Amino acid sequence: MQSFEWPWQYNFPPFFTLQPNVDTRQKQLAAWCSLALSYCRHRKLYTLDVLEAQESALFNNKKISRKLSVEAIQVIFEELRKKGNLEWMDKNKTRCLIMWRRPEEWGKLIYQWVSKNGMVNSVFTLYELSSGEDTESEEFHGLEEWMLLRALQALQSEGKAEVISLDDGKGVKFF
Amino acid sequence: MDRFVWSNGLLEINETLVIQQRGVRLYDGDDKAKLDVGVVLLSTHRLVWRDQKNHECCISIPLSQIIFFEEQAAGVGKSAKIVIHLHPAPTNKEPGPYQHSKFSYIKLSFKEHGQIEFYRRLTEEMTQKRWENTPASQPIPTATASQAGRTRAVGIVGIERKLEEKRKETDKNISEAFEDLNKLMVKAKEMVELSRSIASKIKEKQGDITEDETIRFKSYLLSMGIADPVTRETHGSGTHYHMQLAKQLSDMLQAPLELLSPEDLVNACKMFESLKLPLRLRVFDSGVMVVQLQSHSEEEMIVSALDNVSDKGSLTAEEFAKLLGLSVLLSKERLLLAEKMGHLCRDDSVEGLRFYPNLF
Repeated sequence: MQSFEWPWQYNFPPFFTLQPNVDTRQKQLAAWCSLALSYCRHRKLYTLDVLEAQESALFNNKKISRKLSVEAIQVIFEELRKKGNLEWMDKNKTRCLIMWRRPEEWGKLIYQWVSKNGMVNSVFTLYELSSGEDTESEEFHGLEEWMLLRALQALQSEGKAEVISLDDGKGVKFF
Repeated sequence: MDRFVWSNGLLEINETLVIQQRGVRLYDGDDKAKLDVGVVLLSTHRLVWRDQKNHECCISIPLSQIIFFEEQAAGVGKSAKIVIHLHPAPTNKEPGPYQHSKFSYIKLSFKEHGQIEFYRRLTEEMTQKRWENTPASQPIPTATASQAGRTRAVGIVGIERKLEEKRKETDKNISEAFEDLNKLMVKAKEMVELSRSIASKIKEKQGDITEDETIRFKSYLLSMGIADPVTRETHGSGTHYHMQLAKQLSDMLQAPLELLSPEDLVNACKMFESLKLPLRLRVFDSGVMVVQLQSHSEEEMIVSALDNVSDKGSLTAEEFAKLLGLSVLLSKERLLLAEKMGHLCRDDSVEGLRFYPNLF
């Protein structure tokens, strides 16, 4: 895996302190949201556990001995949630789905691949799409099922696909 | 059944309720007792039974009367029972529902179940024999208890009693605490008189005491500057006095001052502007108040703060204070102001609070 390129803020100690000045904070949060999403995208992370995240390299920069407090992480996650990039999996907000690409965006990528290969009007199982040999070089290869399903549902609402039930699971037909 | 005595069912001071069970019928030996279905209560001292419908009908037996007991399993159409074998009744026993019985055992029939737990608890109590440690006092004569309409459950009265004791205890503690407060007030008066006498002594002996000692003493006394309603004389009342003081302060800021209470100082400072003196009292967001020359403007302070911080990369309030020769308190206020204006940002960690130029 290519090594991840950290933004300049990551090595700036104040980045890890929730800024009291409102304007400064807005800029800080925007930078954190962007960093969190690109980090998850790079590591292909689709879910995050808050406590684990606090110890991960993302929120904990050992080189400058700074890490975000749980309170600050919650603030950042709330920002991401408001922007539609995050969904809580439980009431206690300990785990979340992280959507560094929104379902609509995934849907678009998938549909592009389908039409590029002249496979419109074919039926695929979800497994084939996410884990089949043919999709190995595609970005959506390895996409977790819950996200794949949401992407396909987005396409469905655009009239470009239909999610169907097959013998041993779900599948999709593209139009 | 002739071991039972009439009871009002109230728990004594050292007696605790262990368990109770509804739907229990008593048996005198193998015969159904001439009583209805009731509630059986086990306490640390006694076995009590009370008629479910007629609460006035209440009987009890001390646990010490029990020789041994055993379970009798339920059968077809028969509830589970506990059979309790008893010592003979003492000759001076109080009156009860039965004058005489040919049986030396009774049965508790559990029509609504609960026998398993009851048996377990009874075993515990009979093993621990807690009644031997804390003998319950004589039961209150039934005459006073059997007033019309009193249908108190046994446990509640015990709890109420405990609450009352606790309330009395709390009252006592509060009165004692207030006694201390009165003593403190008396002490405060003594302290103020003491500080006054020391102040005048210092004034006289200025030459003999070192400056360091003097400063220390003065700060110690200032920190005790209690607004003393106890001994304040009317210096021709506040305003005029403060005006005079304000003028004096303005003239001799560096010179040794007479001892003032912080309150007087602040009131005097508030008058600077109206007296057109070249000093100002400035109040920060945090509540900190400083006296500064009128010429000091906000922008100047912020720019200087930013320059200093950028120069050094980052600064703590202490480092900044040292750099400018200011008090830590004042330098912190300046840094906070610069942060508020967006020129600085903070790094708050276990290493302390540090300010950086706002690169965001």
